[in-house]
This record gives sequence, C-alpha cells and structure tokens, in this order.
Amino acid sequence: MTELVATTPGLCPLPDWAKADLADLKGHQKHDLVSGDEGEEITAVYDDVREELVDLQQSAGLDRVVEGQARWDDMLAHPLAVHDEVETRGIVRYYDNNNFYRNPVVKGELDADGDVAAELEAAAPLTDDRQAVLPGPYSLADLATDEHYGDDDEFLGAVADFLAGEAGAFPDVETLFLLEPSLVTSPPDADADGLPGVGPERASEAVDAVAGAVDADVVIHGYWGVFEERTHAFLLDTDADALGYDLVSDHEGAAYLVQEYGTNDDLALALVDGQNTKLESAETVAERVEWFQEQTPVSGYETIHATPNTELFYLPTNRFEEKLSVLAEGARLAETQEVKA
Amino acid sequence: MTREQFRPEDHPNDHFLLTTVVGSYPKPKWHDRARELHEVDDTGETSTVTTVRNPQDWPDFDEDAWEEAKDDAARIITKEHERAGLDAVVDGEMRRNEMVEYFAHRIDGYEFNGPVKVWGHNYFDKPSVVDEVARTEQWLVEEYECTSSVASRPVKVPITGPYTLARWSFNEVYEDTRELAVELADLVNEEIEQLVEAGARYVQIDEPALAQKPDDHAIVGEALEHIAADVPDDVRIGLHVCYGDYSRIYPEVLEFPIDELDLELCNGDYEQLDVFEDPEFTKDLALGVVDAHVAEVESVEEIEENIKRGFEVVPPEQLTVSPDCGLKLLPRTVAYRKMENLVTAAREVEAKLDAGEIEVPAAKETVSAD
Repeated sequence: MTELVATTPGLCPLPDWAKADLADLKGHQKHDLVSGDEGEEITAVYDDVREELVDLQQSAGLDRVVEGQARWDDMLAHPLAVHDEVETRGIVRYYDNNNFYRNPVVKGELDADGDVAAELEAAAPLTDDRQAVLPGPYSLADLATDEHYGDDDEFLGAVADFLAGEAGAFPDVETLFLLEPSLVTSPPDADADGLPGVGPERASEAVDAVAGAVDADVVIHGYWGVFEERTHAFLLDTDADALGYDLVSDHEGAAYLVQEYGTNDDLALALVDGQNTKLESAETVAERVEWFQEQTPVSGYETIHATPNTELFYLPTNRFEEKLSVLAEGARLAETQEVKA
Repeated sequence: MTREQFRPEDHPNDHFLLTTVVGSYPKPKWHDRARELHEVDDTGETSTVTTVRNPQDWPDFDEDAWEEAKDDAARIITKEHERAGLDAVVDGEMRRNEMVEYFAHRIDGYEFNGPVKVWGHNYFDKPSVVDEVARTEQWLVEEYECTSSVASRPVKVPITGPYTLARWSFNEVYEDTRELAVELADLVNEEIEQLVEAGARYVQIDEPALAQKPDDHAIVGEALEHIAADVPDDVRIGLHVCYGDYSRIYPEVLEFPIDELDLELCNGDYEQLDVFEDPEFTKDLALGVVDAHVAEVESVEEIEENIKRGFEVVPPEQLTVSPDCGLKLLPRTVAYRKMENLVTAAREVEAKLDAGEIEVPAAKETVSAD
C-alpha cells in the first residue's frame, strides 16, 4: 500500500504581524535584508514566526513539517546571500515572477557556514516530523554570479560541496527537499540562460553530492514544468529517493515522463498551486493522485509526497493556511480511496 | 499629429520637445498622515502593513475629510508640475495607493486576501480575480475632472494597462492571462471613452509587466486593439514600459495602435537604445532622461546629453522627454528639481536645434528647396 506523505517545499509567507514588525525592525531597502548576523530583537521575531509556522503545519495535519524559511529574504538564493564570501548586489528578477532578490556574487571559497543547520536546530524541539529544505546546487548556482571560481563546472561543484557541507551539519531530519526549479526553467545544456558548459550528467552529479550528504529521504523537486527527458534520466541515477513532478503546471508532461522512463518507488507529486489563491478541494487533491497512478504503469508506489508545486511565500496567509489543510485532507482521502480500491 | 495640440502658445522655440512625466509623484507627508487617520480602526490596524499606537487618541477623519485631502493634494501636485514648466501635467496620482490595487478596488470580480511579498519587506496587496470582471463605476473620470479644472496646461491621464492588471493578480476564473487581459482591455476602453468625453486628449497605458516574459507582446498587442477601438484620432495614446528586456518587444510594438512609446532607458545608461535603431522607429519616442530611483538630481547639461541620445532613434518632431518612471519613491524636493532640470534641458536643446547647433542622426532625409 502506498504511503501518502503530506508536505510542502517550504519558504512560507510571514504572518502579517511579522511582515509589519520585521519591516519596522529591519527596513525596506537592499542593505536591510537578512545578513546572517541579526541582533537579538530580530532573532526573537524569527523564533516566534518559526514556532507559529510549525504550529500551523501541525494543526493542518501535515506529515512533514518544515522550519518555514521565514528568514530567506532572498528566497532560494538565501544560503549564499548570507555567506561571508558572497557580496549581495542589485535586485534581480526571481525567475519569471514579479519578485526580486539580491544578486549574490561569490567572491571567495564557499565553505559551509551552518546558517541553514542553525535554523533546523532551532526548529528541532518543535517537531519530530522534520523536513529540511535547500535549493538544489544547479538552481543556486544559476541564481548566483561567480567572480571567484571562473568556470561554470567548477562553480557548480563548489556550490554542491557547500550545500553538502550544510546538509551534513543538519540535525536528524526525515526528509530533505532539494528545490531545483532551474533544472526545469533553464535546463542544463540548453542555452546561455542556464549554466553554459554544464550538461545534464554534470548537473545530476552535483545534485547527487548533496543528496548523499544526509541520512534522510531526499526528494529532488522541479517545478514550473517538468524535467527534460535527459535530465530526468540522469536524476533517476542519483542517490535521491524521489523526484518531484509538477502536476499543476504540466500533468500530461509528468505522466509522459514516468510512462516512458519510469521513476523510483518513491516520488513527489505537486497537487496544489502555490501561486494562485484559488483553493483546491481535498477531493481534487485525491483525484489528482488517483489520476497519476492510473496513468503510470507502476505496480504500486511506496511513498508519494503530496505537495504544492512551488514555494509558498507567493500566497496571502489565509490561502496559505487553507492550502495546507486541503493538502493534508486530500492525502488522507487518497489513502482511503486506495484501500477501498 | 496628436502632439502639436500640446505646444503652449508662448512656447519660446520653433522646435518643440513635449515634456511630461510618467505619472506618480511623492505624496505630501500630511497626505500620508491623513490616510493613516482615515484608515486606522479601533485596534490600531491600517490597510497597509503598519500598526499605530494609541488609536483611541486619534481624531475622527471621515470619508469627506479624506476625499478633501486627496483633492487638495492633487491640486498642489498639478500646480507643482506646472511650476516646473512641464507641457503636459499629471496630478501625481494622489488618489492612487498602488497601480494595480487602485483599479482592482473599482472593478467587480476582484477580491483582496492580504499582502504578499514582492521583495525583502516590500509587500503588495495582490488581488484575486474571483468572478467575471465588470466596470460598474468610474475609475479616473473624477480624477481627470478635478485635475483639468485647476490645470492651465493639458493633462495626461496614466492608466494601468490590462496586461499588468491581469499578470499582477491571482487569476482564479479565466483560462489564462491572455483571456483575462482582453476582458480587462474592454473595460479600459470604456473608461477611456468616458475620459475622452470629459475632455482628455492624452492617455498613457502603463504596462510595466510587458517585456518581462517572452512573447507577452502578443497579448499586449491584442489588448491594445481593444483599448484603442473607436478612440478619436486626436487623442494621444502612449504606452509606458519599464525595467524589461526590450528586445522581447521590438519591433513588434511598432504594430501596436499607439502614438507614443514611453521607455525607461536612463537607468541602464541607454544600453538598450540600439534595440530601437533597426528597423526605423515609426512611433513617437518618450525617452526617460532622468533616473526615477536615484536621489541625486541630474544636471541640466547631463540631461541635455541624455535628450540628444533620443535623436539616435527619432528626429525632434517625434521626441517626448520624460523621467524613466513614476517619481513617487523619491524625496519630493528631489522629484521637483529633476522635473525642473528636465524642462530647462529640453528648452536648451530646442534652442540649439533652432540654431542648427545639434546634429540629428535620425533626421529624415528631406528634399532641399534650393
């Protein structure tokens, strides 16, 4: 029987009170954003936010709980944006969204600095169902600018080693979600939009280096479409336990990939839209799981991670909270229906 | 030509470079205070992401008082634009809190759920389209009537374009952004019809979302056909675009039913100017000649050089001079001095053109009368 694990890719919206408090404490400009050495007052607000976000996920009935990544002012670029050897420059567009982050420019050796591990340590006493979230190395390298390594291939390797070091310092977690939207939007080998000179094999080796650094289930999650066929094939060869398929953006493309090339015993299905306030029903979530299982010739998956497709900070807080509940209810409903079937 | 109607009677030079602004302008501090007084409720919450202390001690600031405050601010800023010497003025969008929110509040079918992040701790009350969109009240006609009643110069009306209204909303109803944008375009068209009836002769469609995604020019082109339908020929329609990759929209924009394309180019030091050199630019070009996000005021000489960059693309007869974008994020004194220098520089360049002292690379070949 398939286990449905209701979870999210994290990067939750700040509660509205914290939006106001942090704007007051930190300011609105580029140089006011998180630098990794926040003072006591700001740290205290983030501690409260973390607690509230964990509580929301538990109350909604999610099976895996993320720390929430409330400090990630620069979204997936955060782990580099707070690094000592990185300079943050102008505001640049975050993928094709009306969102912006500070361009992190790497100026020196990228040693792990424990920033993300410290967040997870802080969340550890709040839950046992811990799920870590990191940008995948390909996406993080794609979002950053290299002024130190001088070569895309070497830079990607350095980013992967940095993330592996970070992951290696994590407290015990059940799952690690590696978010790799750039593997979908600027696939390796495609053109100068991505990392020129890095092919899908090299990209998946970088992912593998991070996946191998933790003793947890690792999910490589792509969204805003699905992985290219070659990328998908190489990712299946990594140590990751599961790949993520964005059924919200391209359900047919996702089904085709698995029909043609198969997938692991575990997988993640993105069933809820992280960028639209339109609320799915629990029934819709369950139907989408059922549809995918019918479409794909696998005798039975061991685990399906049921998730929204994107990070969640795009949503206003009311819809964010409602979507968590829908996801949890939908996952339970899908399990019940499988038992009946 | 739609531009000659904006030449002031006492214009000092033969050449005429139409000077204007994109639209938004810093609000007077007392106006922000008035908004807070009006919006604060008993718990100290306001509609923006701020909380005020001791709300019970605040005076009651009712709807009438708030309307009066907005009218006052609009009159002051309109006059401030005239004092700077602009040929076509705006009221600084004193009634508008944000370029999408303002319209979404006035369109049936929209609802608001709360603020979402744009970047850092900057948020936007991104609305959701939850039902078919419909126009059941005026958006800008009253604003235009108020501004034109105090203005002695022609008034330009900026209006957020349907593509940006669609792209910067959560779309819960329509099949895709194109379908929503086209529906909204019909509403914009209705509004423009009423503005024209009220006397407006210069309308600027603001589409900052254009040039951010590849291929979105096709949607904007289609939407503009709806917007411009039945608009009289003597009404000048501009399109403002900013902070995008312009190679994604050129030369396709030449097919759009607009008179003028208004571009942010100063911010990037005119790096993208060559995009517009080939094929020939057949619209009027409203060139950004001062940066809207740098608090340092450009000198008259510097702005003159920026204006002359425009002649690489169009001759003076097709050049409008404007800031890169809305000036609302600048300190008010800085915004004013930028406008003042912009006008001085434009008049200097005109005089030099009259005297034949400036070479115009984009000048049309004319047959000599000799």
